[in-house]
Amino acid sequence: MNLKLKIWRQPNASAPGKMVDYQVSDISGDMSFLEMIDVLNEQLIETDEEPVAFDHDCREGICGMCSMYINGEAHGPDRGVTTCQLHMRKFKDGDTIYIEPFRAKGFPVIKDLVVDRSAFDRIMAAGGFVSVNTSGNTMDANAIPIPKPDADEAFDAATCIGCGACVATCKNSSAMLFVSAKVSQLALLPQGKVEAKQRVLSMVEQMDKEGFGNCSNTGACEVECPKGISLSNIARMNREYLSASITGDK
Amino acid sequence: MSKLNSRIPEGPLAEKWTNHKSHINLVNPANKRLIDIIVVGTGLAGGSAAASLAELGYKVKAFCFQDSPRRAHSIAAQGGINAAKNYQNDGDSTYRLFYDTIKGGDYRSREANVYRLAEVSANIIDQCVAQGVPFAREYGGLLDNRSFGGVQVSRTFYAKGQTGQQLLLGAYSAMSRQIGKGNIQMFNRHEMLELVMVDGKARGIIARNLITGEIERHSAHAVVIASGGYGNVFYLSTNAMGSNVTASWKIHKKGAYFANPCFTQIHPTCIPVSGDHQSKLTLMSESLRNDGRIWVPKKKEDVEAIRSGKLRPRDIKEEDRDYYLERRYPAFGNLVPRDVASRAAKERCDAGYGVNATGEAVFLDFSSAIERYGREKAAVEKIDNPSIEKIRDLGKQVIEAKYGNLFQMYEKIVDDNPYETPMKIYPAVHYTMGGIWVDYNLMTTIPGCYAAGEANFSDHGANRLGASALMQGLADGYFVLPYTIGDYLSNDIRTGKISTDLPEFEEAEKSVRERIDFFMNNKGSKSVDHFHKKLGKIMWNEVGMARNAEGLKKAIDDIRALRDEFWKDVKVPGTANSFNPELEKAGRVADFLELGELMALDALTRNESCGGHFREEFQTEEGEAVRDDAHFTYVAAWEYNGDPGKANLYKEELKYENIELKTRSYK
Amino acid sequence: MALIQSSIARKIVMAVTGLFLISFIALHLAVNLLTLVSADAFNEASHFMGTNPFIQIMQYVLALGFILHIAMGIQLTMKNRQARPVAYAMNKPAENSSWSSRNMIVTGLLILLFLVLHIKDYFWEIKFGDMSMQSDFELVTTLFQNPLYTFIYLFSFILLGFHLDHGFQSAFQSVGANHYKYTPLIKLLGRIFSVIVAIGFSAISLYFYLSSL
Repeated sequence: MNLKLKIWRQPNASAPGKMVDYQVSDISGDMSFLEMIDVLNEQLIETDEEPVAFDHDCREGICGMCSMYINGEAHGPDRGVTTCQLHMRKFKDGDTIYIEPFRAKGFPVIKDLVVDRSAFDRIMAAGGFVSVNTSGNTMDANAIPIPKPDADEAFDAATCIGCGACVATCKNSSAMLFVSAKVSQLALLPQGKVEAKQRVLSMVEQMDKEGFGNCSNTGACEVECPKGISLSNIARMNREYLSASITGDK
Repeated sequence: MSKLNSRIPEGPLAEKWTNHKSHINLVNPANKRLIDIIVVGTGLAGGSAAASLAELGYKVKAFCFQDSPRRAHSIAAQGGINAAKNYQNDGDSTYRLFYDTIKGGDYRSREANVYRLAEVSANIIDQCVAQGVPFAREYGGLLDNRSFGGVQVSRTFYAKGQTGQQLLLGAYSAMSRQIGKGNIQMFNRHEMLELVMVDGKARGIIARNLITGEIERHSAHAVVIASGGYGNVFYLSTNAMGSNVTASWKIHKKGAYFANPCFTQIHPTCIPVSGDHQSKLTLMSESLRNDGRIWVPKKKEDVEAIRSGKLRPRDIKEEDRDYYLERRYPAFGNLVPRDVASRAAKERCDAGYGVNATGEAVFLDFSSAIERYGREKAAVEKIDNPSIEKIRDLGKQVIEAKYGNLFQMYEKIVDDNPYETPMKIYPAVHYTMGGIWVDYNLMTTIPGCYAAGEANFSDHGANRLGASALMQGLADGYFVLPYTIGDYLSNDIRTGKISTDLPEFEEAEKSVRERIDFFMNNKGSKSVDHFHKKLGKIMWNEVGMARNAEGLKKAIDDIRALRDEFWKDVKVPGTANSFNPELEKAGRVADFLELGELMALDALTRNESCGGHFREEFQTEEGEAVRDDAHFTYVAAWEYNGDPGKANLYKEELKYENIELKTRSYK
Repeated sequence: MALIQSSIARKIVMAVTGLFLISFIALHLAVNLLTLVSADAFNEASHFMGTNPFIQIMQYVLALGFILHIAMGIQLTMKNRQARPVAYAMNKPAENSSWSSRNMIVTGLLILLFLVLHIKDYFWEIKFGDMSMQSDFELVTTLFQNPLYTFIYLFSFILLGFHLDHGFQSAFQSVGANHYKYTPLIKLLGRIFSVIVAIGFSAISLYFYLSSL
């Protein structure tokens, strides 16, 4: 198929950017979206233009590196997939495709479609862990039985890949789904419960510092999340936060 | 030869590690604060090492080329992690895990290292649970296990098909905690481009800030390379696009020996190649072989009919199907080790029984598992005389709970519903057992330079068993390196900060800059990917699943020619002082072009078939591998001397004191 | 104060004030529906609301609720706008969220305008105006003789319905009440409630308008 692409080009963080038109032809439906961009880039290199910079790594939907806003949706029109798993069979010959970076104050553009998501790392460093040192003498893994539903729910929250589609999609650029997934995972497990109060307060504080917006429960994040992280995590975080700020020291 | 001292501690196998730990030199806590350690790579090995070292009090600088440590490719490991917990009471033990790993590795790994790995495996699970890793559990609240290829016990801990992700996020959490405390300084989007040696010791690295293009000097008292494997030398592999050999290759060129480079693992269950545009291959977890049965049609006419779409797989009658693994290896069936399963698939496809248009695919069929689970579930739910539809429905629910994400991934990529029709799979490059040679302390032949995880060669011999990579990465990072590195650093407590103004840093930086300038000014006509794809074809055809002397010689010639062409004609757009992915790739492919030749040379030198290394000249009439223990029970460690094709070979003899070498049989 | 500055605390304030306002609306609707029963019933209820000491105190609480809800809503919206300095060239929010959830500030501000009008015409009039000529009931019937006035009311009630449709369930989510069993029920209740509110109030204005023809 032949496609018209409108891609955000921006040479670096401080320079202004704009949408630029490109044309690609002979795209097969079996290609992934990123493979289509590979084709475009080979074409650009051939004609001595600078290829489009974009983040990508594992290309199997788990590393969370790829981050494109395609035709008005994070990771494109398909559900439950990252950009690298979006296949060209979802498009038709002659389509025009808009490709933009994830946009948020918390995710400044580095170049073209590449954004800086280190805000997520800083939120994690604020409390997204269990304070336990490496030790060959922690208690046996089976010492505390964990009800299967809790373990499963914690796992579901833990499958977040930190891609930032939630922020990109949210009309408020809120990072609540990301933060709540980690808060939830650890709050559901006995090992994480110990410092749950401190965790939720610190992580939310850092989240606010990073300039993300406030959640207004539109639910868009849950729909666009490639891993289907549930809104119930946000509710759990709200709950945790409420009780922590009433009963906690901070 | 003298340089290859494996430093295996004295004493009986089971006591070596304990004795060693008890007698090793330590650094006291106050002094640890004065010591810097660089860790390159933040996957399971690098991430866990960085976190543990920082917890001990060392000042750690961690580097990754991705935008966050959480994205290292360990994240993509699906199936699980082995540990000799024997929770299932099925006869597992440290010794059995050790034995299985040595046997699975086709008797080409070091006994002492592997025993230590098995010994600390249980601690890993304890540690990860304490960190909040949500492993799969049973209804009683205890941890669940599953079985993996090459073993007869259930010792694999898992978190659905995302075990690597969960373990990596655990290590990343531990790192995050230390980053927050300021004990780890994290350098995201940085790539190590040179090792700096001062007085014969590793004392720092030169790294490029991938956003600004700035070339930076970083000093430390020790350098840990945990940058993963080199499977991307094949261009198409299950590795991430960015996975590369550069860090390993740089230290190799500075004096670290490269061990067993030809030992690469071809994973049997990947989604087949669909066309020339393909940029990477996707793995379907080995855990699927627990429930999936692998087959091709018995009759050529059925193969033709399937290829042309005249028949669907389910139209082929049971008696006309060749479940070739069950036929050839009745004891292990579909759960034979990866190398065996891969070769068997290749054998069938080469014989003309491949089931897709390219002739390079076999079926992985879940219909019997769906029925079996369906009947079980019907019985549990007390449904009398369920219809076959009902049974299949119930069975699909069970399969979905177990492998849902894998099935979904398959469907997204292939556009085929694996609940209804068998998956098509074919082997693909997955893991590299070879890597930087290290001693028992994980130190390379460069003093103060360590290698951990897939980057080193140590534990998997010629073939890695499923769910052992995660185990090794975390064992190295959490439980081995933090002890052993102290032994070396105890001599450095009075050294003080290493200055980056030393002439050695200047020189290393200069060489990095020269190379970058070369790429920017070369003005060739072909893109980096053009050369990478060509290299990949040579490697896959001649140094892939089956190798022979003639092909390997041809590969060496072809790679040398390709390398010359690369340096003449490669084209790198953009600028050096900006975010420039093409420049990054150029440096990596340049290193692959040298490594590829060394792999071919190593394969050519090893005149036997063992594990992932299958030489067509050395096989039985039935096509089984023939090992030559008399001549090749050694680790091939290669020293760089300016030309990868003429590297010096050193041999570390492997002594088996606790295990009798046997022909590996899974029949 | 730190508590009130965090994003989640603000959400919770929005939710709690919102739920409080919802209860007020329910009460308001119940009283208003009495106009359809009889003039006396309504006048009596209206008199009770105007004189009962508890209700008098609650008036101030209500006012505070309104002010907090509105001020915080505006402040949150402004902050949220800042969180995305560059807009998307192509965006398809309808693919993943409802119109009402994305336009709470629009419906909210329009309802605020309506509120001003409504307070002026009723609350002010009943509380401080010269009501010697007529009863509360007569005030209602007089005002709804004007078609434009009736239209403004109808339009505002529909907006209120949309605002409540998202607001009702959103408030539960914000205070952390989310459960896979009960959340669908809460959403359904929210929808039923917002439809009743929109139709209930509209029916009253329409009834008096049509009666006046």
